[in-house]
Amino acid sequence: MCLAVPGKIIEKRGNKAIVDYGGVRREADISLVDVKEGDYVIVHAGFAIQVLSKKDAEETLKIFEEMLKNA
Amino acid sequence: MLQLRDKKIADEILARIKKLNLQLKIMHVCGTHQDTIVRYGLDSLLKDCGIEVIQGPGCPVCVTTTLEIQKAITLAKNGVTVATFGDMIKVPAAGTSLQKARAEGGDVRIVYSIDDAVKMAGKGEVVFIGVGFETTAPSTAVTLLNEPENFYVLSCHRYIPPALDALLGMGEIRIDGIICPGHVSTIIGMEPYKPLSCKYEIPQVIAGFEPLDVLMAVYMIARQIDEGRHEVENEYIRVVRPEGNEKAKEALKEVFDPADAEWRGFPIIKKSKMALKKEFEEYDAEKRYEDLLENIEMAEEAKGCRCGEVLRGLIYPQQCPLFGKICNPSNPVGPCMVSIEGACNIEYRYKND
Ligand code: SF4
Ligand code: SF4
Repeated sequence: MCLAVPGKIIEKRGNKAIVDYGGVRREADISLVDVKEGDYVIVHAGFAIQVLSKKDAEETLKIFEEMLKNA
Repeated sequence: MLQLRDKKIADEILARIKKLNLQLKIMHVCGTHQDTIVRYGLDSLLKDCGIEVIQGPGCPVCVTTTLEIQKAITLAKNGVTVATFGDMIKVPAAGTSLQKARAEGGDVRIVYSIDDAVKMAGKGEVVFIGVGFETTAPSTAVTLLNEPENFYVLSCHRYIPPALDALLGMGEIRIDGIICPGHVSTIIGMEPYKPLSCKYEIPQVIAGFEPLDVLMAVYMIARQIDEGRHEVENEYIRVVRPEGNEKAKEALKEVFDPADAEWRGFPIIKKSKMALKKEFEEYDAEKRYEDLLENIEMAEEAKGCRCGEVLRGLIYPQQCPLFGKICNPSNPVGPCMVSIEGACNIEYRYKND
């Protein structure tokens, strides 16, 4: 099942990275994404599959609010 | 994390849905969506608004056929080291399972990631049972592109859009809208869903996994219907880009070819399975162990199990006479009770105590 919680890239080591999920750290493969340290990623079965920007997360809520206003 | 569980916004969305006054049946194809829906009681909240939500073939372990599992078991019984994700080992097939094969001396390992399986192959041949949709399959593709040694894959990877096409084409039930799986879409983007929205005039919305994500997706579908639209929309914008993940798509294309294949509960679905390309034949467990795997015939499914109908969205788990009586997570009759992404398992976990 998908871990929907984003993790933060702490340290890059070639195509691997240490990812922090609110205190729990695990290694993930990053060959499917372009990331830098500090980025948030979605990890699935040990592989980062997308980078998430903090702005996007805040935007989601804003869009929700907008939609509810306009509908 | 962001407050995607906010009760006030949830109530607001629900009120909007209710106001549209529609009677809809919406299908999703994702174990994590089902988990969110059942865990937070969204199913009953939505029912009060006229919306039924049902899980279709959205559980990779569940749609893996009995024959594929028999192949994995056969390998294990013949001294081959088999590595796979946890849920697979308990799936019953032909009166046995990978777990039983292990108890009888087979070398069956549970891995969290394909990487763990590659590491094992340092000490001898390993067959990785590759299960999963477009979300998981890129990790298999990337691994093979790195040319691992002593390493073989039994590919049970599958593409989601052909299954949606098959299901809508069968027309067994009315489906008014589809919630598209967030992390499959993370890889494939929005494009592959579009022909389906055209062909069946059906709204589809890609959704994230928080309760508000799912509610919002339902609202977006309802609104499309109310306005007479049928488009592909994206609710999960914080993760899903319209084009998906190009690197992952590229890796999939390089390693796999779409092949016709059965899914549990379905007849053959055209171009729905990821078969290893000829160039990657040397990693294909079906080729490496052809003599063992060639002549296996698919066993009957467990008597009375209605996983097929659950996976086609025809029945809810409780409508299976075995649910909770004979069949439960410690004694699963079918894969939908084994897998944590399976509808029966999720229903049992949250509603049976
Ligand atoms: S792999 Fe993730 S997105 Fe795909 S069905 Fe499973 S939980 Fe859903
Ligand atoms: S409750 Fe058990 S037997 Fe019935 S459909 Fe689900 S897995 Fe199969």
